[in-house]
Amino acid sequence: MLTNEMLESIKKVEATRDERMHAELRKMTAEEKEAILNAFHPDYKDEGFEVLQVGPNKGEKVPTELCHLLQGTSRVLGKDIDLENPDYDTDVLIIGGGGAGSSAAIEADEAGCKVMLVTKLRIGDANTMMAEGGIQAADKENDSPAQHYIDAMGGGHFCNKPELLRKLVCDAPIAIKWLNELGVMFDKEEDGTMVTTHGGGTSRKRMHACKDYSGAEIMRTLRDEVWNRKIPVIDYTAAIELIKDDKGAVAGAVLQNMETGELYVARAKTVIIATGGAGRLHYQGFPTSNHYGATADGLVLAYRAGAPLLYADTIQYHPTGVAYPSQIFGALVTEKVRSLGALLVNIDGVAFMNPLETRDVTASTIIRECKERGKGVPTPDGGYGVWLDTPMIERLHGEGTIEKRIPAMLRMYLEYGIDMRKQPILVYPTLHYQNGGIKIEANGMSDVENLFVAGEAVGGIHGRNRLMGNSLLDVIVFGRNAGKNAAAKAKTIDTVGKLTLSHVDSFEKELEGAGLAGGELSPKLLPDYTRK
Amino acid sequence: MSEEKMVNIFIMGKKYEVPASLTIMTAMEYAGYKYVRGCGCRNGFCGACATVYRIKGEFELKTGLACQTQVQEGMYISQIPSFPTKKAEYDINEVSPDQQVMMSLYPEIYSCIGCNACTNACPQKLPVMQYIAYAQRGDFKACANASFDCVACGLCSVRCPAGITHPQVGELARRLNGKYIAPESKHLTKRVDEIVKGEHEEMIEKLMQTPIEELKNLYNTRDIEK
Ligand SMILES: Cc1cc2nc3c(=O)[nH]c(=O)nc-3n(C[C@H](O)[C@H](O)[C@H](O)COP(=O)(O)OP(=O)(O)OC[C@H]3O[C@@H](n4cnc5c(N)ncnc54)[C@H](O)[C@@H]3O)c2cc1C
Ligand code: FES
Repeated sequence: MLTNEMLESIKKVEATRDERMHAELRKMTAEEKEAILNAFHPDYKDEGFEVLQVGPNKGEKVPTELCHLLQGTSRVLGKDIDLENPDYDTDVLIIGGGGAGSSAAIEADEAGCKVMLVTKLRIGDANTMMAEGGIQAADKENDSPAQHYIDAMGGGHFCNKPELLRKLVCDAPIAIKWLNELGVMFDKEEDGTMVTTHGGGTSRKRMHACKDYSGAEIMRTLRDEVWNRKIPVIDYTAAIELIKDDKGAVAGAVLQNMETGELYVARAKTVIIATGGAGRLHYQGFPTSNHYGATADGLVLAYRAGAPLLYADTIQYHPTGVAYPSQIFGALVTEKVRSLGALLVNIDGVAFMNPLETRDVTASTIIRECKERGKGVPTPDGGYGVWLDTPMIERLHGEGTIEKRIPAMLRMYLEYGIDMRKQPILVYPTLHYQNGGIKIEANGMSDVENLFVAGEAVGGIHGRNRLMGNSLLDVIVFGRNAGKNAAAKAKTIDTVGKLTLSHVDSFEKELEGAGLAGGELSPKLLPDYTRK
Repeated sequence: MSEEKMVNIFIMGKKYEVPASLTIMTAMEYAGYKYVRGCGCRNGFCGACATVYRIKGEFELKTGLACQTQVQEGMYISQIPSFPTKKAEYDINEVSPDQQVMMSLYPEIYSCIGCNACTNACPQKLPVMQYIAYAQRGDFKACANASFDCVACGLCSVRCPAGITHPQVGELARRLNGKYIAPESKHLTKRVDEIVKGEHEEMIEKLMQTPIEELKNLYNTRDIEK
């Protein structure tokens, strides 16, 4: 039930809709953006961060919750683990059954390697499955990889690693073609032309989509392909620590059955971490759009093994999470709603910004509108939100557009009696994406020998802020890349040396030295929502 | 604010009092459960949380996604975190989009008795029986479109007397449609050719060498497609 205050405000939104229909909303200048980020973006709030005392990134700040996990207590300490008799033996071990892990598995299998994929929940229970908006690729006449490069660089505050970004944009059309040939149903015109739209921060319409089930359509196709190839998929099994060989190269992982707690040893010639993001760590108390298993496990494993992180202090807050109703609080309202023309409107019915600024700027401006200017709409849970004026979409593009282009959104709200075709919806920023992660080179390998990383667990591709549609893309481009290179590397290794967990002991010693021993168990594996 | 309204629900037969505003998923957690199985995206996309329920006093067995369904007074709830289904293995490059492929991979679809239990069970409200009929006829485009919003929760299969695994049938149809039936994107093929031939290398190389200040200028003054 909408509150009276909401109903009153909706009247104001309706009253201003006509004049807003074709309004040209000014984009902010570089200086204005800088100022608003500094004042309102959660990444700029010192209270949310702590400085690492040990490990490869010692001296750098990361979100407090992540800091505690990176410096947490290993789950293998004091456990009796038989490294001499591995339960699994494979060439390429892939950790994580999302888009990156599945793409890697397909390519490593294609290369003729023995592959095994372990995943914490089921394959496809992953952020990839939830991506709605789409995937970028410069494949239209008026566009080019170079144009894509500039957009992503600007979005990333010019901190993207050039060689990684080059790979992302040049391989983008190849990735789309690969997916299409696997059977992914992209939105197309009758003549085969891809239907593409803008996303925040793009200068060309290069967002490809599969309705608003883009990630789901990609993920389920990849999953089907993994199954068709009979690649062993070990569900409900988490990697809880990497294993090294006597030369310090990564050579497997300790796994834990999520249901029985039993531990297994997997030996591998190369390992790919594809464990995704960290939304479920709820940085600064934000709700999240992420899946249940997004707890930054891969970062913890890699960090203990000596791999440095890059930009781990940059988090993406998606500007439009659900602010109301409470049942879906924090869930994502895809950026496509704004791409299709819905404006952000405050309690008085005023469109307070151009809704297609980059995500960090948009989120910060919404926070300012609510916190500083007091123009947010209060919600019954004590929070607030601003309107996303969805009825504008059908006015602009015709009746039926919402059902055709964003059916998942329509369905989600209809469950709670809200028809977004007829009334605006209330949104507020939600914790969405881990911009940073484990540092890699263009071949996908981290600074630790034989440890490859792909997907949201990587840092550097997107600089300090990722543009919409570049993540699904990196999952495919760098997932395939890691799969190919990890397979090629595995082929150069005849026999794996003696397995050891000594790096875990040394890390523990470092923690003791810094007076940090006895921290919380990590990786976290799952958040705890059980009422106590 | 007024007192939180509570309702009585029965989780696998045992009674709990929970706030009426919760979903089945958050109500389970309120009641003291911690999920391992039966919870994935928490947002209606992954199909991990298939649930059957009955409201006390009503005869109809209902279905829903635990993460998307609000609790009600007198709700008897059982989640179905796993259900044995069938997945036929095939090589996407070897199959062709004709009727034969369904007949060989999923012959059981021809045993459909037309009861429509699948459609009634679908939490996404898809015309499940109808898309199976399209598959029977070899109309994969229609099957693909009608099944597109499927999250593979499998509730249709749980209710099917013919043992059909509907989500997998839809998956096959979508892949056939995406790969073989939908028209080719010529601009995509062209761009991929250019890239493979290295035609974009020079421009990218140049950008990679460009000093940041100049890149910033390029970025701030770039023209934006209307
Ligand atoms: C709601 C939502 C909408 C989005 N929309 C878009 C969009 O429109 N466009 C876009 O480009 N991007 C979008 N993104 C971002 C994008 O979807 C993700 O960044 C990307 O899919 C991540 O893929 P991944 O394979 O790296 O990780 P995931 O897909 O999250 O997969 C990681 C997998 O690893 C498993 N795992 C985690 N820890 C362990 C462990 N210790 N052991 C074993 N397995 C483990 C997880 O369970 C999961 O299966 C969206 C994200 C969300 C959440
Ligand atoms: S948990 Fe994914 S659909 Fe409910």
